[in-house]
Amino acid sequence: MTRFRVQLPMHLMLVPCIIPVLIFSYYPMVGIVIAFERFFPNRGFFHSPFVGLKNFEYVLNLPNTYQVLWNTVFISAMKIVAGIVVPILFSILLDLVRSSGVRRTVQTIIYMPYFLSWVILSGILIDVLSPNSGVVNQVIKMLGMEPVFFLANERLFPFVLVVTDTWKNFGYGTVIFLAAIAGIAPSLYESSRIDGANRFQQAIHITLPGMLPIVALIATLSLGDVLNAGFDQVFNLYSPVVYRTGDILDTLVYRIGLLNSQYGVAAAIGLFKSVVSIIFIGTAYWVSGRFLEYRVF
Amino acid sequence: MEARRGSGRRTGVTSQGSALFDALNLAFLVAAALLCLFPIVNVLSVSLSSSSAAAAGVVGIWPVEFTLSSYTYALTKKSFLTAFVVSLKRVALGIVVNMLLTILAAYPLSKTRRELWGRNFYAWFFFFTMVFNGGLIPWYMTIKQVGLIDNILALILPNAVQVFFVLVLMNFFRQLPKEISESALIDGAGHWSIMWKIHVPLSLPSIATLVLFSFVFHWNSWFDGLILMTSPIRYPLQTYMQAILEVVDPLRLKGMTAEQIAELMKVSNRTLKSSQIFIAAAPVLAVYPFLQKYFMKGLLLGSVKG
Repeated sequence: MTRFRVQLPMHLMLVPCIIPVLIFSYYPMVGIVIAFERFFPNRGFFHSPFVGLKNFEYVLNLPNTYQVLWNTVFISAMKIVAGIVVPILFSILLDLVRSSGVRRTVQTIIYMPYFLSWVILSGILIDVLSPNSGVVNQVIKMLGMEPVFFLANERLFPFVLVVTDTWKNFGYGTVIFLAAIAGIAPSLYESSRIDGANRFQQAIHITLPGMLPIVALIATLSLGDVLNAGFDQVFNLYSPVVYRTGDILDTLVYRIGLLNSQYGVAAAIGLFKSVVSIIFIGTAYWVSGRFLEYRVF
Repeated sequence: MEARRGSGRRTGVTSQGSALFDALNLAFLVAAALLCLFPIVNVLSVSLSSSSAAAAGVVGIWPVEFTLSSYTYALTKKSFLTAFVVSLKRVALGIVVNMLLTILAAYPLSKTRRELWGRNFYAWFFFFTMVFNGGLIPWYMTIKQVGLIDNILALILPNAVQVFFVLVLMNFFRQLPKEISESALIDGAGHWSIMWKIHVPLSLPSIATLVLFSFVFHWNSWFDGLILMTSPIRYPLQTYMQAILEVVDPLRLKGMTAEQIAELMKVSNRTLKSSQIFIAAAPVLAVYPFLQKYFMKGLLLGSVKG
C-alpha cells in the first residue's frame, strides 16, 4: 500500500502525457476503419457505409498506382544509400584534417541545411535552379551549353530530389559518424603508429572498421523509411509536369484525400503504407537489437 | 574525445604524399562547405540587390546595386507580419508544452520496472506511436472531430508529446547517480520534489538543447498549418511562405503616390521572395550552431548504448 502511495505521483505525471497521445495518435489508428468505408466526415468513423475492400480495389485499378509505388521505393532507396555513403566519406576525410578549427568550421557549415525546412530550401533551390535567372544555369550558359530546367524535367527530377536531399542531410550524418569515430579507442591508433602505419592505413584499417557498428545501425534503422520518400521535399519541389517520375505515396494520399475528398481511398493507401512500414521497422529494430545491441529504452 | 585529438595520432607517421593529400583534402572539404553555403548566400545577396539586377540574373555572392527596399517592403507587409506573429505564438506555446510534458514523461520512464509498476507498458505505449500511425486522413479527421480546425492549438496539442525528446531526456535522467534520489526518498521527499529539485536542475543543459530542438521543430513546421488552418491569417510563417503569392498585391497600389509605386517597382518578386526566405530562415540559422556540441556528445550516445 505504501509502495502504491510512493508511486502514485509518477502515474499522475504520466496522465497529461497520455491524454494527447491517446487522442492524436491512438484515436487516428482507430480511424483506419475509414479505409474500409465510403467515409462521410460528418458521420464520424463508425457510421459511414462499410464497403469492404472496395477502396483497395479502386487504388489497384488506378492507372498510376504501381508507378507511384515504384517512384517511392526508387527515390527513397537512392536517398538511403547516398545518405550513408556520402557521410562515411566526409567523416573520414574530416577526421584526417589536422586543424581542429578547420574541422569544426567545415562541420558547422555542412550541417546547416539540415536545420532549414523544405519550404525554405525549395524556395532557395527553385531560385538557384531557375532556367532564366538561376545561378546554376548562368554557369551552364557560360560554358556554352543549353540551360536545363531541372525541376520540370521528368527524367532528371528523381535525381534532383536525391542530390538535394543528400545536400540537406549529409552534414548531419557526418556529425553522427564523427561522434562514432571519436569513440574509437586511441590506443588502437597509437599501437598501429608504433607498428609504422601511416594515416591512410589507419583510416582504412582502424577508423572505417571502428565506425562500422554505427553505420550498420543507421543503415538498418533507415530500412523503416523505405516508403518515406520525403513528402516535404517532393511537395515543395514537384509540379504536374513531373508527376510521372516524382509523385510518391504521400503526395498521392494528399491529393486524393485532401484535395479530391476521396477519404476512404486515401486512407486505404495510407494504411498500406503504415503496415508495410511497421513490418520494415519491426524487422529493423529486431535485427539491430539482436545483432547490433541496440535498445531504444 | 579532445584528449585523443591532441594525442600522438595527428602528428603520426607522415610521408611526402601526406602533405599533398592534406592540401587536396582541405580543398575538397572547403569546396563542399562552400556548396552548402553558396545557395543561402546567393539568396541573401539577391534579396539585397536591385530588382533589375536580380531579374537579369547577374547576382552571385555579392549584392548588385545594394538596396534594403525588399526588406522594408517585407517588414511592412501586413500578411507577412501576421504570419510572423503566428509563428512566434506557436513557438512560445509549443516549447512550453513540449518541455513540460517531456519532463513529466521522462521522469517516471527513467525508473526501472521495480520502481514503477507498469513502466514497460508505458514505454511501449509512447514508443509505438513512433513506428505506427493511422495515416494522414484519419489524423486530419480526428482534429476535425475534436474541433481544432483553424485554432492555433491544432498546431500545439497533436505535437504536445515528442517521444524522441522523452527518450533523450529519459536516458539522461538514468545516468544521474541513483544515490541522490534514493536518499531523498528515504528522507521523505516525494517524486514531485525529487523531479523538480534534483533531476531538472541537474539536466538543464539537456533541457536547453531540447528547447532549441523544439524551437526548430515548431518554427519549421508548415504542413499542419496548411491543412489545419483554413483562414490564411492564421498561417504560421513557414506555411505562409509555402503559399506565398508571387505577385505584388494590386490592392496595395491604390492610393499610392507615383513615387511610392516607383519605389515598389524596385522590389521585384524575386528580391521580395528572397528577403522573406532569408527572414524566415534567420532564427534557425542563429540557433543551430549551439546544437553542435550536444550532437557530438549526448544525443547519439544517449540513445545508442552498445
